[in-house]
Amino acid sequence: MKRVQFSSPYLPYVFLAPQLAVIVIFFYWPSVQAIQSSFYLEDPFGFGSTFVGLSNYADAFASAEYGRIARFTVVFTGLVTFFSLSLGLLLAVKADAVIRGNAAYKTLLISVYTIAPPVAGLIGMMFFDQHIGPFVKIAAFFGWEMKVGLNYVDTAFAMVVVAVWKQIPYNFIFFLSGLQSVPVSVREAAAIDCRSGFRRFWTVVLPLLAPTAFFLLVINITYSLFDTFGIIDVMVKDKAANNPITLVYKVYMDGFRGNDIGGSSAQSVILMVVVFVLTILQFRFIERRVHYT
Amino acid sequence: MHKTRFFDHLILICGVLFLMTPVVVAFMTSTHTAAEIHSKGLMLSPGGHFAETYTTVLTRQGGFTGQVTGARMVMNSFILGVGFAAGKIILSMLAAYAIVYFRFRMANLAFWIIFTTLLLPLEVRIMPSYQVMTQLGLINTYTGLIVPLLASATGTFYFRQFFKSVPDELLEAARIDGAGPFKFFIDVLVPLSRTMMAAIFIIMFVYGWNQYLWPMLMTTDESFFTLMRGIKSILQVWIGSQIPDYNEAFALAVLAMLPPVLIVVIFQRWFIKGLTESDK
Repeated sequence: MKRVQFSSPYLPYVFLAPQLAVIVIFFYWPSVQAIQSSFYLEDPFGFGSTFVGLSNYADAFASAEYGRIARFTVVFTGLVTFFSLSLGLLLAVKADAVIRGNAAYKTLLISVYTIAPPVAGLIGMMFFDQHIGPFVKIAAFFGWEMKVGLNYVDTAFAMVVVAVWKQIPYNFIFFLSGLQSVPVSVREAAAIDCRSGFRRFWTVVLPLLAPTAFFLLVINITYSLFDTFGIIDVMVKDKAANNPITLVYKVYMDGFRGNDIGGSSAQSVILMVVVFVLTILQFRFIERRVHYT
Repeated sequence: MHKTRFFDHLILICGVLFLMTPVVVAFMTSTHTAAEIHSKGLMLSPGGHFAETYTTVLTRQGGFTGQVTGARMVMNSFILGVGFAAGKIILSMLAAYAIVYFRFRMANLAFWIIFTTLLLPLEVRIMPSYQVMTQLGLINTYTGLIVPLLASATGTFYFRQFFKSVPDELLEAARIDGAGPFKFFIDVLVPLSRTMMAAIFIIMFVYGWNQYLWPMLMTTDESFFTLMRGIKSILQVWIGSQIPDYNEAFALAVLAMLPPVLIVVIFQRWFIKGLTESDK
């Protein structure tokens, strides 16, 4: 905090008021309402609601469908996080190594970052389209009859590819800025001690990158869980029947398509708990093993 | 040494191709006719129907009731992006100013109230948020589109971090010269934060422009549709048509990604600065 500060009986509250008002109305109110309505069974036509205790939660956990979607979400998150992190790191290391064309590579690799998930989903749909999709033709060449939108595994595959594609630039930006902040003196000292470039990277550069990697890990998990909504929504086109969807999409489907407000809220609360646990894990376990310079 | 260089470039070029090809193909394909795309597949070379397709997409009244044009959606996306970015900067600068520069009892509490919003993304509390908006009567308004998105802490953290790095001597000097809280804020802090404001504006604009789920729920009236919302409806129109309007869908996708991509390429330095410093 600052050594010198203003003191005024009311000014700080005036400055904080707009931000706090927005947060209370649009964050705390809905969040509390989610928790509250997760204990109620609401009439779909709006004629009141009955208190049902934990039965909405019990329904969610007992349902085989929910279990399947949860498993898919875990696999999806794992795959997307792993591939987008490792490809982002690979490209960042290479972009850091080359001197000629560095700026051009950087601009080209970053430019895709801002493409919105639904746009990425739309482009992905076209590339995996039955009639015009080149990926489908390539797959057919290898004897894989790809039916995105009909076959569960094929759709999941397409979703992972699109989600990874969209996330690589983000990881690239952060890994590159992390790599560039590794001091030259450290690299030179390492270069004198060890000839193997890979070993130098593994034992010197990578530990120094750990804070960045750790930060990105959490961001990528959050991305796969929540921000991929647009991709999934465009790719399954409201026909979730046989298609893989994530837990967030299920919250949306049950709430807005199924009109099951209590069930949807209970799932929201379950996801809230997941996010809380992730945040705690982030502070308790992983951060301890990370070197900060 | 020479050999590794070659492979470095090879990997980078593969990466660039993997990331860029879909974008280039989307643009090239959008300049062909739908029938041509249907019979030949995606295109890597320009077709002759650029002006035609884009004029149609921007001016034809499409959608379910035939009221919304592409131009209108572009405008709505701009309103959402600019409104969100401006609102975010104003709210979070004021809040961060109060937290960093004032001594008051609730400072810690206020900080935690704001901090908590980082824990729950909008997607998790989407259903109750929607109900609150209905109760407030904010469906199909720009206020309802923009203001609820402001309920997050990212900007506040960013400015808090920045204000903390501003040397204390500036405030001491300003106070000796008799500057009050308002004068110090407007004459010292705002000019100092100019680059930071620009960086965060760019990031927030792109964030607002790219919003999908929220506009989808908040707008049932087509005159409030954003481009992202339009993408959803163009796909719904598709189902059941003989030859889908691939070219128009691609054109809409290109329109939707063009401003953010241009912004990132042009303001690359600010963008990276804002991104890597605000999220850490």
